[in-house]
Amino acid sequence: MINDVASWLLDPAHWTGPDGVPARTWEHIWYSGVSLLIASLIAVPAGLLIGHTGRGRVVAVNLAGAARAVPSLGLLFIMVLFLGPRLSGDAASLWPSLIVLIVLAIPPILSGAYAGVEGVDPAARDAARGMGMTGWEVLSRVEVPCALPLIFSGLRSAALQVVATATIAAIVGIGGLGRLLIDGQAIRDFPQMVSGALLVAVLALLVDLALAGVQRYAVSPGLTGRTTTRGGGRAATDADGTTDADGIPAPGAVFAGEKELAVRREAGKTEPRHNS
Amino acid sequence: MIVFDGVTKRYPGGTVAVDNLSLVAPNGKITVLVGPSGCGKTTSLRMVNRMIRPTSGTITLDGRDTARMKESDLRRGMGYVIQHAGLFPHRTVLENIGTVPRLLGWDRRRTDARAHELMEQVGLDEVFASRYPSQLSGGQQQRVGVARALAADPPVLLMDEPFSAVDPVVREQLQDEFLRLQDELGKTILFVTHDIDEAIKLGDQIAVLRVGGVLAQLADPAYLLNHPVDDFVADFVGRDRGYRALSFQPTPRLPLRPERTLLIGETTQGVAQDWALVVDDANHPLGWVEPRRVTGEIRSEMLHRGGTVARASGPLRGALDAALSSPSRRGVIVDDSGSLVGTVQAHEVLNAIEEAARPEVADPTNPGAPAR
Repeated sequence: MINDVASWLLDPAHWTGPDGVPARTWEHIWYSGVSLLIASLIAVPAGLLIGHTGRGRVVAVNLAGAARAVPSLGLLFIMVLFLGPRLSGDAASLWPSLIVLIVLAIPPILSGAYAGVEGVDPAARDAARGMGMTGWEVLSRVEVPCALPLIFSGLRSAALQVVATATIAAIVGIGGLGRLLIDGQAIRDFPQMVSGALLVAVLALLVDLALAGVQRYAVSPGLTGRTTTRGGGRAATDADGTTDADGIPAPGAVFAGEKELAVRREAGKTEPRHNS
Repeated sequence: MIVFDGVTKRYPGGTVAVDNLSLVAPNGKITVLVGPSGCGKTTSLRMVNRMIRPTSGTITLDGRDTARMKESDLRRGMGYVIQHAGLFPHRTVLENIGTVPRLLGWDRRRTDARAHELMEQVGLDEVFASRYPSQLSGGQQQRVGVARALAADPPVLLMDEPFSAVDPVVREQLQDEFLRLQDELGKTILFVTHDIDEAIKLGDQIAVLRVGGVLAQLADPAYLLNHPVDDFVADFVGRDRGYRALSFQPTPRLPLRPERTLLIGETTQGVAQDWALVVDDANHPLGWVEPRRVTGEIRSEMLHRGGTVARASGPLRGALDAALSSPSRRGVIVDDSGSLVGTVQAHEVLNAIEEAARPEVADPTNPGAPAR
């Protein structure tokens, strides 16, 4: 079986032409990219707004939760039935697929964005306002940069799901790597199906890796703990000579995941505010 | 000058946080707002830069009504320091300090030059410039917080419990340096704390607030300790206030006695006293020895170091404490350079205290009223 898959993948005939692997991969990337872009354009501003104002949180949480529960395949058929008669040609299959992927991508991006803004240290936000930043300046100069790790974790989580799920576009007759699975099933070509699944998984991992690279570049080292302490890892020392255990930089996690998200959410709440 | 005129903050639901507060924070002075939790001290502070809006009354800044100023302009014109520093975690120390100058549109070079200058002023080593807040200790973070508030050289500073989240040793350092900085800069400062000792140490005048946001007493520290207006203020300023008030009384000329001194390495042969004071080459006191219990040369580890040393020009509290803490019962008094000038006994300090004038009471019918 492994040999069969290997020989399928190594067969030059499968790597050329409009139904070859490169063309299918390109289609797959295209569907995923457009869906993620549209989902981000909707979910990022909405999430930032909810986090910044603190309003609409309950609605957003519930909508996102409901959207997560929608079965992608069911939504796809409803969209085809609903939109199919109103669109012509490829668009009749393309748009239902994109809408499914967008609906899939919005919840993680939205919750990443609002949790990120919500989790910003209240003292930093208070200081920003107290120094005379306008609402927009607080958002753009403090909240968004501080929320970037969680915004990226939402985006990466969405990207993984979208790339994996974009295979279903093939069910309604358009391209992408899903074709290898659907067509393979039709003619009982199991090596082709396995190859398709493998390629989708590899593509998803590569996309995640690419986003991780962008994240590394975009997020301030002050937030990730990827800071280099000059002077060879000594504990931070007050200029007056007192050492302080708090001064040792915490080893930060580079990979922002759901766990970090939950931790940050908690951390945001436990900060005591001594008010009088 | 910050003037509170009949300022009240009432929340929907009827809770009154600040009740008809009238108060003047004079230019170049530190005005401390102090009181227990729920006394409205933080609310009062935050109404000055309109982070909280007063329900009624006015707050003026050098005669201008703050309600008529644009909020962002008002806030950019006053430094703001808060308890947990509130540094921006994604920005380096240098960028944090440069926040307000950048908001005011200064260019990068001018901002950076100013930030470096401030780092030196607040005692932060140059190596911290490119570090991030997560790499700093609590004390260092608060230094950055102070530097950031001073960046655009605002005439007014609002400080909300800036030193209460650091450990006591660092807190004392920060307080001392803050006073030194204020001597240089002469800002108009409104300072909130729940710690009466901090208030007394830092304040030029102290406003004691009681729960419900009512001003209980406004006075300078010495007056507050000597003439608390009522039981609440008396309780709040603490039990040993008589002793603490001595911190504000300059030492008069004390009847100093010369002291037989010895150097490290000398022997105690021929010294008749029960206790002898050991000094270094510059006549700086090091500690006491009991000559009859010492054989051979005096070594550093033989010294009794329990006694405190008071400056002749310092407050009476130092002289009394030196006498009380000395193993020989003779308090060591030094000049400003730290050289021995003589010793004094507790009863002599007490005589001086009894002869010293207490702060004048302006209105005998209401001794707690602020002195004019």
